[in-house]
Amino acid sequence: MEARFKPGDAVRVRKVYPLGHIRTPFYIRGHSGVIERLCGSFGNPEELAQMRSGEPEQPLYRVRFRQKDVWPGYRGNAQDVLEVEIFQHWLE
Amino acid sequence: MKDSGNYQPYSYFQLMEVSLRELLVEKGIVTEAQVAAAVEDIRNITPERGARVVAKAWVDEGFKTRLLQDGTSACEELGLDIPALKLVVVENAPAVHNMIVCTLCSCYPRMLLGMPPEWYKSRNYRSRAVREPRAVLAEFGLHLSEKTRIRVHDSTADMRYLVLPMRPAGAEGWSEGRLAAIVTRDCMIGVAVPKLI
Repeated sequence: MEARFKPGDAVRVRKVYPLGHIRTPFYIRGHSGVIERLCGSFGNPEELAQMRSGEPEQPLYRVRFRQKDVWPGYRGNAQDVLEVEIFQHWLE
Repeated sequence: MKDSGNYQPYSYFQLMEVSLRELLVEKGIVTEAQVAAAVEDIRNITPERGARVVAKAWVDEGFKTRLLQDGTSACEELGLDIPALKLVVVENAPAVHNMIVCTLCSCYPRMLLGMPPEWYKSRNYRSRAVREPRAVLAEFGLHLSEKTRIRVHDSTADMRYLVLPMRPAGAEGWSEGRLAAIVTRDCMIGVAVPKLI
Protein backbone atom coordinates (compact mmCIF):
# COMPACT_ATOMS: atom_id res chain seq x y z
CA MET A 1 0.00 0.00 0.00
CA GLU A 2 1.26 3.46 -0.90
CA ALA A 3 2.33 5.87 1.84
CA ARG A 4 -0.11 8.78 1.84
CA PHE A 5 1.77 10.98 4.28
CA LYS A 6 5.28 12.42 4.51
CA PRO A 7 7.29 13.86 7.40
CA GLY A 8 5.88 17.19 8.54
CA ASP A 9 2.30 16.45 7.41
CA ALA A 10 -0.43 17.28 9.92
CA VAL A 11 -2.60 14.26 10.72
CA ARG A 12 -5.41 13.32 13.07
CA VAL A 13 -5.89 9.92 14.66
CA ARG A 14 -9.33 8.46 13.95
CA LYS A 15 -11.61 8.57 16.97
CA VAL A 16 -13.24 5.17 16.63
CA TYR A 17 -13.44 2.21 18.98
CA PRO A 18 -13.61 -1.07 17.04
CA LEU A 19 -13.14 -4.36 18.87
CA GLY A 20 -10.07 -6.51 18.33
CA HIS A 21 -6.30 -6.37 18.64
CA ILE A 22 -5.72 -2.65 18.07
CA ARG A 23 -2.25 -1.10 18.36
CA THR A 24 -3.56 2.48 18.49
CA PRO A 25 -3.75 3.46 22.19
CA PHE A 26 -7.10 4.84 23.40
CA TYR A 27 -5.51 7.98 24.84
CA ILE A 28 -4.30 9.22 21.45
CA ARG A 29 -7.47 8.66 19.43
CA GLY A 30 -8.96 11.89 18.11
CA HIS A 31 -5.73 13.86 18.68
CA SER A 32 -3.79 15.80 16.06
CA GLY A 33 -0.07 15.56 15.47
CA VAL A 34 2.64 15.71 12.84
CA ILE A 35 4.34 12.87 10.96
CA GLU A 36 7.85 12.42 12.39
CA ARG A 37 8.91 9.66 10.00
CA LEU A 38 7.69 6.77 7.91
CA CYS A 39 8.93 3.54 9.52
CA GLY A 40 8.19 1.22 6.60
CA SER A 41 5.28 -1.12 5.89
CA PHE A 42 4.23 -3.95 8.19
CA GLY A 43 1.56 -6.60 8.43
CA ASN A 44 -1.69 -5.20 9.78
CA PRO A 45 -1.80 -6.39 13.44
CA GLU A 46 -5.61 -6.32 13.48
CA GLU A 47 -5.59 -8.95 10.73
CA LEU A 48 -2.60 -10.93 12.05
CA ALA A 49 -4.35 -11.33 15.41
CA GLN A 50 -7.19 -13.10 13.60
CA MET A 51 -4.73 -15.58 12.07
CA ARG A 52 -5.09 -13.92 8.67
CA SER A 53 -2.24 -12.86 6.39
CA GLY A 54 -1.98 -9.23 7.53
CA GLU A 55 -1.89 -8.16 3.89
CA PRO A 56 -1.90 -5.67 2.39
CA GLU A 57 0.90 -4.38 4.61
CA GLN A 58 0.16 -0.99 6.10
CA PRO A 59 2.57 1.96 6.15
CA LEU A 60 3.56 2.66 9.76
CA TYR A 61 4.42 6.18 10.92
CA ARG A 62 5.83 7.78 14.01
CA VAL A 63 3.51 10.65 14.84
CA ARG A 64 4.57 13.47 17.14
CA PHE A 65 2.03 15.09 19.47
CA ARG A 66 2.48 18.04 21.80
CA GLN A 67 1.89 16.89 25.37
CA LYS A 68 -0.15 20.00 26.19
CA ASP A 69 -2.49 19.15 23.28
CA VAL A 70 -3.01 15.59 24.53
CA TRP A 71 -3.46 16.09 28.28
CA PRO A 72 -5.57 18.90 29.72
CA GLY A 73 -3.57 20.71 32.40
CA TYR A 74 -0.28 19.06 31.38
CA ARG A 75 2.52 20.26 33.63
CA GLY A 76 5.97 20.66 32.15
CA ASN A 77 7.71 22.29 29.22
CA ALA A 78 5.26 23.46 26.53
CA GLN A 79 7.60 21.83 24.00
CA ASP A 80 7.37 18.35 25.58
CA VAL A 81 6.26 15.78 23.02
CA LEU A 82 4.89 12.29 22.80
CA GLU A 83 5.76 10.14 19.78
CA VAL A 84 3.58 7.16 18.94
CA GLU A 85 3.68 4.58 16.13
CA ILE A 86 0.42 4.61 14.21
CA PHE A 87 -0.63 2.66 11.13
CA GLN A 88 -1.85 4.59 8.09
CA HIS A 89 -5.42 3.32 8.22
CA TRP A 90 -5.77 5.04 11.60
CA LEU A 91 -4.73 8.45 10.26
CA GLU A 92 -6.75 11.09 8.43
CA MET B 1 13.51 -32.39 56.34
CA LYS B 2 10.44 -30.27 56.64
CA ASP B 3 9.72 -28.25 53.53
CA SER B 4 8.19 -24.94 54.59
CA GLY B 5 8.05 -23.49 51.07
CA ASN B 6 5.04 -21.43 50.27
CA TYR B 7 3.42 -23.25 47.36
CA GLN B 8 0.67 -21.65 45.31
CA PRO B 9 -1.45 -23.33 42.67
CA TYR B 10 -0.61 -22.41 39.07
CA SER B 11 -2.13 -19.21 37.78
CA TYR B 12 -4.28 -19.29 34.65
CA PHE B 13 -1.40 -18.24 32.39
CA GLN B 14 1.17 -20.56 34.03
CA LEU B 15 -1.21 -23.44 33.51
CA MET B 16 -1.73 -22.45 29.88
CA GLU B 17 2.06 -22.27 29.32
CA VAL B 18 2.65 -25.72 30.82
CA SER B 19 -0.24 -27.26 28.89
CA LEU B 20 0.88 -25.78 25.58
CA ARG B 21 4.52 -26.76 26.13
CA GLU B 22 3.62 -30.34 27.06
CA LEU B 23 1.36 -30.66 24.02
CA LEU B 24 4.06 -29.37 21.67
CA VAL B 25 6.55 -31.85 23.11
CA GLU B 26 4.04 -34.71 23.02
CA LYS B 27 3.27 -34.02 19.36
CA GLY B 28 6.98 -33.94 18.53
CA ILE B 29 6.96 -30.31 17.35
CA VAL B 30 9.68 -29.25 19.82
CA THR B 31 11.78 -31.09 22.37
CA GLU B 32 12.20 -30.21 26.06
CA ALA B 33 15.85 -29.52 25.31
CA GLN B 34 14.97 -26.99 22.60
CA VAL B 35 12.62 -25.16 24.96
CA ALA B 36 15.28 -25.08 27.67
CA ALA B 37 17.89 -23.83 25.19
CA ALA B 38 15.57 -21.07 23.92
CA VAL B 39 14.89 -19.90 27.49
CA GLU B 40 18.65 -19.92 28.19
CA ASP B 41 19.29 -17.83 25.05
CA ILE B 42 16.82 -15.22 26.23
CA ARG B 43 18.33 -15.17 29.73
CA ASN B 44 21.84 -14.76 28.32
CA ILE B 45 21.05 -11.38 26.78
CA THR B 46 22.01 -8.64 29.21
CA PRO B 47 22.07 -4.82 28.98
CA GLU B 48 25.82 -5.08 28.37
CA ARG B 49 24.96 -5.53 24.70
CA GLY B 50 23.19 -2.19 24.54
CA ALA B 51 26.01 -0.57 26.54
CA ARG B 52 28.51 -1.75 23.92
CA VAL B 53 26.45 0.00 21.23
CA VAL B 54 26.28 3.24 23.22
CA ALA B 55 30.02 3.25 24.03
CA LYS B 56 30.84 2.66 20.37
CA ALA B 57 28.62 5.59 19.36
CA TRP B 58 30.40 7.82 21.91
CA VAL B 59 33.84 7.17 20.46
CA ASP B 60 33.00 6.77 16.78
CA GLU B 61 31.13 9.67 15.19
CA GLY B 62 30.56 7.80 11.90
CA PHE B 63 29.03 4.85 13.74
CA LYS B 64 26.81 7.21 15.72
CA THR B 65 25.48 8.82 12.53
CA ARG B 66 24.68 5.40 11.06
CA LEU B 67 23.12 4.24 14.35
CA LEU B 68 20.74 7.20 14.46
CA GLN B 69 19.85 6.74 10.79
CA ASP B 70 19.27 2.99 10.89
CA GLY B 71 19.74 1.32 14.27
CA THR B 72 19.23 -2.19 12.97
CA SER B 73 21.98 -2.17 10.35
CA ALA B 74 24.41 -0.27 12.60
CA CYS B 75 24.01 -3.01 15.25
CA GLU B 76 24.70 -5.62 12.59
CA GLU B 77 28.12 -3.99 12.14
CA LEU B 78 28.82 -5.03 15.74
CA GLY B 79 27.59 -8.54 15.08
CA LEU B 80 24.32 -7.92 16.91
CA ASP B 81 21.43 -9.39 15.01
CA ILE B 82 18.02 -7.78 15.44
CA PRO B 83 15.60 -10.02 13.61
CA ALA B 84 12.26 -8.84 12.23
CA LEU B 85 11.94 -5.66 14.29
CA LYS B 86 13.44 -2.27 13.54
CA LEU B 87 15.56 -0.44 16.05
CA VAL B 88 15.12 3.32 16.44
CA VAL B 89 17.88 5.03 18.45
CA VAL B 90 16.99 8.40 19.96
CA GLU B 91 19.69 10.76 21.13
CA ASN B 92 19.72 12.83 24.30
CA ALA B 93 21.11 16.36 24.08
CA PRO B 94 21.64 19.12 26.66
CA ALA B 95 18.09 20.41 26.03
CA VAL B 96 16.35 17.14 25.07
CA HIS B 97 15.69 14.02 27.13
CA ASN B 98 14.22 10.82 25.68
CA MET B 99 12.24 8.17 27.53
CA ILE B 100 10.77 4.86 26.35
CA VAL B 101 7.53 3.16 27.32
CA CYS B 102 5.09 0.66 25.86
CA THR B 103 1.64 1.69 27.06
CA LEU B 104 -0.09 -1.28 25.42
CA CYS B 105 2.04 -4.15 26.74
CA SER B 106 5.80 -4.46 27.33
CA CYS B 107 7.56 -3.95 23.96
CA TYR B 108 11.23 -3.57 24.80
CA PRO B 109 14.54 -3.89 22.90
CA ARG B 110 15.15 -7.37 24.32
CA MET B 111 17.86 -8.13 21.76
CA LEU B 112 19.95 -5.34 23.32
CA LEU B 113 18.74 -5.15 26.93
CA GLY B 114 17.45 -8.63 27.73
CA MET B 115 14.24 -9.08 29.71
CA PRO B 116 12.47 -5.91 30.82
CA PRO B 117 12.42 -5.07 34.55
CA GLU B 118 9.12 -5.64 36.40
CA TRP B 119 8.41 -1.92 36.74
CA TYR B 120 8.58 -1.45 32.95
CA LYS B 121 5.63 -3.81 32.63
CA SER B 122 3.67 -2.29 35.51
CA ARG B 123 0.43 -0.43 34.92
CA ASN B 124 1.82 2.42 37.02
CA TYR B 125 4.82 3.10 34.75
CA ARG B 126 2.96 2.41 31.50
CA SER B 127 0.09 4.76 32.24
CA ARG B 128 2.04 7.56 33.90
CA ALA B 129 5.15 7.76 31.66
CA VAL B 130 3.11 9.26 28.83
CA ARG B 131 1.06 11.56 31.03
CA GLU B 132 3.43 12.90 33.68
CA PRO B 133 6.94 11.95 32.59
CA ARG B 134 8.63 14.50 34.84
CA ALA B 135 6.97 13.13 37.97
CA VAL B 136 7.90 9.57 36.98
CA LEU B 137 11.53 10.52 36.26
CA ALA B 138 11.73 12.31 39.62
CA GLU B 139 10.70 9.05 41.31
CA PHE B 140 13.68 7.41 39.60
CA GLY B 141 15.85 10.18 41.07
CA LEU B 142 16.20 12.05 37.81
CA HIS B 143 15.20 15.69 38.25
CA LEU B 144 15.16 17.47 34.91
CA SER B 145 15.17 21.23 34.51
CA GLU B 146 11.93 22.80 33.29
CA LYS B 147 13.91 23.97 30.27
CA THR B 148 14.71 20.42 29.17
CA ARG B 149 12.28 19.17 26.56
CA ILE B 150 11.07 15.62 27.10
CA ARG B 151 10.33 13.27 24.20
CA VAL B 152 8.38 10.22 25.33
CA HIS B 153 8.33 7.35 22.83
CA ASP B 154 5.43 4.92 23.02
CA SER B 155 6.43 1.63 21.31
CA THR B 156 3.03 0.65 20.06
CA ALA B 157 3.92 -1.37 16.96
CA ASP B 158 6.95 -2.79 15.13
CA MET B 159 9.73 -0.40 16.24
CA ARG B 160 11.90 -0.91 19.29
CA TYR B 161 13.69 1.99 20.97
CA LEU B 162 17.04 2.62 22.60
CA VAL B 163 18.07 5.89 24.19
CA LEU B 164 21.56 7.12 23.34
CA PRO B 165 22.46 9.03 26.51
CA MET B 166 24.95 11.89 26.66
CA ARG B 167 28.52 11.01 27.50
CA PRO B 168 29.09 12.53 30.94
CA ALA B 169 31.71 15.24 31.43
CA GLY B 170 34.89 13.83 32.92
CA ALA B 171 34.86 10.66 30.78
CA GLU B 172 37.09 12.10 28.07
CA GLY B 173 39.75 9.76 26.77
CA TRP B 174 38.14 6.69 28.35
CA SER B 175 38.32 3.36 26.51
CA GLU B 176 35.17 1.87 25.01
CA GLY B 177 35.14 -0.83 27.67
CA ARG B 178 35.38 1.66 30.52
CA LEU B 179 32.64 3.80 28.96
CA ALA B 180 30.34 0.81 28.47
CA ALA B 181 30.58 0.06 32.20
CA ILE B 182 28.78 3.31 33.12
CA VAL B 183 25.91 2.77 30.66
CA THR B 184 23.19 1.07 32.69
CA ARG B 185 19.94 -0.47 31.53
CA ASP B 186 17.98 2.46 32.97
CA CYS B 187 20.09 4.98 31.00
CA MET B 188 19.07 3.22 27.79
CA ILE B 189 15.36 3.24 28.73
CA GLY B 190 15.73 6.91 29.59
CA VAL B 191 14.90 6.87 33.30
CA ALA B 192 18.50 7.62 34.34
CA VAL B 193 21.62 9.25 32.95
CA PRO B 194 25.17 7.84 33.08
CA LYS B 195 27.27 8.84 36.06
CA LEU B 196 31.01 8.59 36.55
CA ILE B 197 32.00 5.67 38.74
